[in-house]
Amino acid sequence: MRMNSHRHLFALLIAALFSLPISGWAQHESDEQQGDTTHSEGMVEHAGSSHEEGHATFDPTATALHHIADANVFTILDFIRIPLPMILYSQDDGLDVFSSGRFHPGEHDNGEYAFHRYVMFEGNVHRVKDWSFPNDLVEIGPHSFTERIVDNDEVVYLNYQGQEYPLDHRSTLDNGLFGGKITSFYDFSITKNVLTMILVAIILFWLFRQAAVGYTRREGKAPSGVQSWLEPVFTFIRDEVAIPFIGKDRYLKYIPLLMSLFFFILGLNLFGQIPFLGSANVTGNLTVTGILAILVFLVVTFSGKKHYWQHIFWMPGVPVFVKPLLAFVEFMGVFIKPLTLMLRLAGNIVSGHIAILSFIGLIFIFGKAGESMGGSLVGTAMSVPLTMFMMAIELIVAFVQAFVFTILTASYIGAAIEDGHH
Amino acid sequence: MTSLIAIGAGLAVIGAGIGIGLIGGKAMDGIARQPEAAGDIRSGMILMAAFVEGAALIAILLSIFMLNG
Repeated sequence: MRMNSHRHLFALLIAALFSLPISGWAQHESDEQQGDTTHSEGMVEHAGSSHEEGHATFDPTATALHHIADANVFTILDFIRIPLPMILYSQDDGLDVFSSGRFHPGEHDNGEYAFHRYVMFEGNVHRVKDWSFPNDLVEIGPHSFTERIVDNDEVVYLNYQGQEYPLDHRSTLDNGLFGGKITSFYDFSITKNVLTMILVAIILFWLFRQAAVGYTRREGKAPSGVQSWLEPVFTFIRDEVAIPFIGKDRYLKYIPLLMSLFFFILGLNLFGQIPFLGSANVTGNLTVTGILAILVFLVVTFSGKKHYWQHIFWMPGVPVFVKPLLAFVEFMGVFIKPLTLMLRLAGNIVSGHIAILSFIGLIFIFGKAGESMGGSLVGTAMSVPLTMFMMAIELIVAFVQAFVFTILTASYIGAAIEDGHH
Repeated sequence: MTSLIAIGAGLAVIGAGIGIGLIGGKAMDGIARQPEAAGDIRSGMILMAAFVEGAALIAILLSIFMLNG
């Protein structure tokens, strides 16, 4: 299974090409909105949630960002909604465990009910800050959310019985440390991404179990069934990644890590590319890739030998006055390596998804969100081939990024456990 | 400020493009010169491209963070 590296580079360039203009354009849009802000008393209707007014608008940025975000409901084709368990904790209300079906998520994954002051907006749980809001199961109905920009901050408002209640931001568990907002509650729920990870882990376990059973039962015979799918990939990673980078006599210790990383990332990448099936964007989530990168960082740091640390803090063979400078650069490198590992995977997957979503968005942009039929047809005629092309590219990127993550991990480990004989 | 950030992101991509282009070009040279080493050259090329891409990604992510914060 050799990668065609032409395609890898091509895919990267295409992804970069198509994802960048969109983010530039998105900024332009929000600039315009902020420009409006000064005219209308510091508040402006956010597009995408203003359907009740009748003049439908389409905000491609908000749509794309909504579709790559995590959610508390597993949506298939926008009409089958599988509720997921909610595990919420707030300091004043304590622990709350219930099913997200209580919210009765409807159109745009907006919940039509509020429960214990929690509501669902675009698939994510928010909390009503106001104490006067009933602490019970309350029907709030569809189209009851408005998003506004107040002081450069997007705030969602809930309209209930003629009154407006500001909502808390969505919980990010980091307490505002990494750009998330400080919230009055914590969300430990099994979200769409977590469910997908569990599913992929179960599928991988089952596949490898089948293969393992095959090897014990048909020892010495030619592989069959699932074995013949997994064996070439497995031996490719072993012979092209593990042995050359780590070394013939020590690679066996790191094979479980490398194989788990490769197949887990590959499985998640491929699962995320099945259209409509929840479209969980797991490997495009910085938290997930961050945890994978921390794992690699720990393994590399704890298997580092004397030779490795000597090369970081006191590089031999260079003049003494260069040594502190090199030590600084190398020490930074220790942290930058896992950081780029995290960013590369998430960046590639997200840029692919955003490219596809913006091609699909062409239909609504040309069709003026359903007002112009001819425009929609033109948009569809452009969108379908572009989307199919992008999906083919994404399929290659799924393999290449899993491979790159593994090969880089192997090279970092190889550098860490190297013995010093030049 | 926004346009400055956008220019920065664009410059990062130009840099990565030049870098990856050079890597790809030299690798093709190498493969043409020594087709039997194509496998080694290819995996080395992907590795190097990934490093170059990593530098560009840091710049892009920084600009996204600056846009949001």
